[in-house]
Amino acid sequence: MQYKGFLFCARSKEIKYSCSCQWCIYNQIKQSACTFAAMSAVMITRKVTRKWEKLPGKNTFCCDGRVMMARQKGVFYLTLFLIIGTCSLFFAFECPYLAVHLSPAIPVFAVLLFVFVMAMLLRTSFSDPGVLPRALPEEANFIEMEIEAANGNVLAGQRPPPRIKNVQINNQIVKLKYCYTCKIFRPPRASHCSICDNCVDRFDHHCPWVGNCVGKRNYRYFYLFTLSLSLLTIYIFAFDIVHVVLRSVDSGFHVVSLTPHCTVLEVLVCFFTLWSVVGLTGFHTYLISLNQTTNEDIKGSWSGKNRVQNPYSHKNIIENCCEVLCGPTYPSVLDRRGVMLEDSTSPNPSDASTHKSSNPVSQTTVRQHFL
Amino acid sequence: MAETHSLQDLRQAAVASKVFVQRDYTSGTICKFQTKFPAELESRIDKQQFEETIQTLNNLYADAEKLGGRSYLEGCLACLTAYTIFLCMETHYEKVLKKIAKYIQEQNEKIYAPLGLLLTDPIERGLRVVEITIFEDRSIGSR
Repeated sequence: MQYKGFLFCARSKEIKYSCSCQWCIYNQIKQSACTFAAMSAVMITRKVTRKWEKLPGKNTFCCDGRVMMARQKGVFYLTLFLIIGTCSLFFAFECPYLAVHLSPAIPVFAVLLFVFVMAMLLRTSFSDPGVLPRALPEEANFIEMEIEAANGNVLAGQRPPPRIKNVQINNQIVKLKYCYTCKIFRPPRASHCSICDNCVDRFDHHCPWVGNCVGKRNYRYFYLFTLSLSLLTIYIFAFDIVHVVLRSVDSGFHVVSLTPHCTVLEVLVCFFTLWSVVGLTGFHTYLISLNQTTNEDIKGSWSGKNRVQNPYSHKNIIENCCEVLCGPTYPSVLDRRGVMLEDSTSPNPSDASTHKSSNPVSQTTVRQHFL
Repeated sequence: MAETHSLQDLRQAAVASKVFVQRDYTSGTICKFQTKFPAELESRIDKQQFEETIQTLNNLYADAEKLGGRSYLEGCLACLTAYTIFLCMETHYEKVLKKIAKYIQEQNEKIYAPLGLLLTDPIERGLRVVEITIFEDRSIGSR
């Protein structure tokens, strides 16, 4: 509230010339027409910077940090276009005929399947695959000192030994490599993605079709996406054939002339998709049953030579599948939407306070682990 | 209260050094920290106390990542709803993380802050390390 030339501070219940309490400053900013002299003294502008804006790595973020993707999204848009386009044609041209002549359940099931496919695709593309944050300077120095202590004295001119830690997991020696970019020893099964420039936990591969890395946090969504997409492709393909057959039976076997262009298009898309997606689903089913990642498979880490076996496998297909697909949902350790408070002040810096939310004692930010 | 007073003091105290307790991967990829007592803390805290804190943390993380009926049920239910159920429901892991945050705060207030130490929640460091900040020994109490 303002009186002519004076300010009423609602907090201290006093009328003053100037007041620098938060309440009054907030009200000063709120009221656009503020003729009071205090305005020239202190004007604190609060700019909210969220942590995702300062994250290193080559990711793009949308929706104020809720969505996290790789930089190149062209192929992802193609995936969206193919799925939505083909399904739209199916719903527009095939479904009315099939619903009437066969059963209305056919388009209903197709819709459910389509919704599931889109949900899984978006979930895979938009979520954090399990990115490991880079080491802060103190941690990096601590690790460097440990490495130097372990390596002992390296003679001048000699190359220092590679930075590797050996760990025994389930009677198997696993080598942990040092990541020069992130300045950490990578946990087992983690790998550095050069496209996204991040270390990802349980790194599987970088998939351009979903526009993101596939790692610990989104592997199950990726698998369910390929599985449901296979089913959807087979479904549309099958009912396209059924549709053509029914039409030709109805109108006297003139198959070629009666097949509309859209059906041909759908069949073509489904045919090519089938081979790739069904094959991919089969490959990942094989990997899941052995509890391996694509990365390990390509490198031949557990190929069996030198009696090297996969130490993470439960040696039981059911248990492996359960762990990968129905295991606990890991939270994101990135805290993309955490707030980094920065106050920038003009003329009077006496009231300024800059504090980042990396202060270990502050509990002000609510960590968002969902995506 | 004496504990909160010393916690306030620590905010202005100078940081002498930091110790990082690394992950223990001998049981696989589950979240577990090494219980080995760092040499830098020898003069500050009792070894038994430190090991107890780390062991409790390990037990909490093990509970979060446990593969059992509960996690399978949660996974299947979530899959059936196309994972939209997580919009309204908190996962078991998140519930345990909150418990861990509370435990660390409690440990800091009761045990570590009076000794000039501060534990950082591992989630702030990507579940890679338990960072222990050692503040300058200003001999607040009698030593």
